Amino acid sequence: MSSAGLYDGLSAHEREALLRTSHEEFYDDGERLFDEGGYAGFCWLIRHGRVALDSTVPGRGQVVVQTLGPGDLLGWSWLIPPYRWHFGARAVGTVEATVFDGEQLKALADQDPRLGYVLTRHLLGVVLDRLQSTRARLLDLYSHD
Amino acid sequence: MTEPMLPVGYRVIGRTIETHDAVTLGLEPVDRSLDRFRPGQFAMLYAYGVGEIPISISGIGDDGTLLHTVRSVGAVSRALHEAQPGAVIGVRGPFGTTWAPEDAVGNDLVVVAGGVGLAPLRPVLLAALAERSAYHRVVLIAGARTPDDFLFRAEPDVWAASGDLDVVLTVDRPAAGWDGPVGFVTEPLARLQLDPERTVAFLCGPEPMMRFSARVLLRDQVPAERIRVSLERSMKCGIALCGHCQLGPLLVCRDGPVVSHTVAGPLLAVPEL
Repeated sequence: MSSAGLYDGLSAHEREALLRTSHEEFYDDGERLFDEGGYAGFCWLIRHGRVALDSTVPGRGQVVVQTLGPGDLLGWSWLIPPYRWHFGARAVGTVEATVFDGEQLKALADQDPRLGYVLTRHLLGVVLDRLQSTRARLLDLYSHD
Repeated sequence: MTEPMLPVGYRVIGRTIETHDAVTLGLEPVDRSLDRFRPGQFAMLYAYGVGEIPISISGIGDDGTLLHTVRSVGAVSRALHEAQPGAVIGVRGPFGTTWAPEDAVGNDLVVVAGGVGLAPLRPVLLAALAERSAYHRVVLIAGARTPDDFLFRAEPDVWAASGDLDVVLTVDRPAAGWDGPVGFVTEPLARLQLDPERTVAFLCGPEPMMRFSARVLLRDQVPAERIRVSLERSMKCGIALCGHCQLGPLLVCRDGPVVSHTVAGPLLAVPEL
């Protein structure tokens, strides 16, 4: 899912409105973007670097379940109650990202349902890709190839 | 190749342990060499007294030496896996179709490998690196279960460091010390921002991995005829006589293992074919 995908289907006006909910952030290697269980108020469009999603497992520490890279969207828990992160996220190397404010995004979508629909479709596409990828990994394909 | 059913003796001259269950055997002819193999083709390797299995070529020496990477999963592969330097094994071939990396000349070459699927693709990468200027972008995406399951572990790092190859190694299950990507090969593949007009893609790994990867490429508008996959079926004779490797209208030993997705796509969509 590329950044171009995020803006696909939006007019210049809608795109500007979307960007007004955002700001740029930079993270150093190892810096945490958010922790499991914390309030989910933002989503990130990764522009450079890699982010590791992790979960704390007793005895094993923070186990990485997936990494995301440039063009990927990070975080959708801001969209659905109870607005809590299901995983944590840590920068791997230096990360540059566009950060969108979840509350503002929701308000924008409420004001402009068409924009909300386009955004939701895009997010659903991201979720679907992640789900399919996770399912593929569940097959443990490489152990029997 | 005068007697395609008669194994030719090759001596094991090298044995490199790749993973806990895979080794790469270096083979040199005892008396005479087989015809030159091309990337993607396979040999029937005969562990004397045990049996014979098809193994793709993972390296091709100018002097007639062959490299085959063998994963120990059954009686024959176990015998081959345990063959030590000095041992002689039987080899028949070359058999089957080739990746034909020369068809990607002037284009971006995207190589996607899963598990031991990297072995048949290694000669493609070496060929592309040998004539690097003939290609635009060359990308390797390889997936493995864990970091310890990658074949040829040192080579991708060298290729990446050279700047000649974009390399993404991704694992399903990270281990301590792994700071690379975690995820399925389709994820970095979807991130590539391909130019579909000049992309040629070679896929090798478990069939579902190839199906999923092909879908990503097709979604990105890469034409099916420029996506090639390597099929795996129960190949016995290697010369399209016995029919063990039939896949629909194909006899994989003759018409494959490398075929375009135009041909493979519809066949792989049929369960139990």
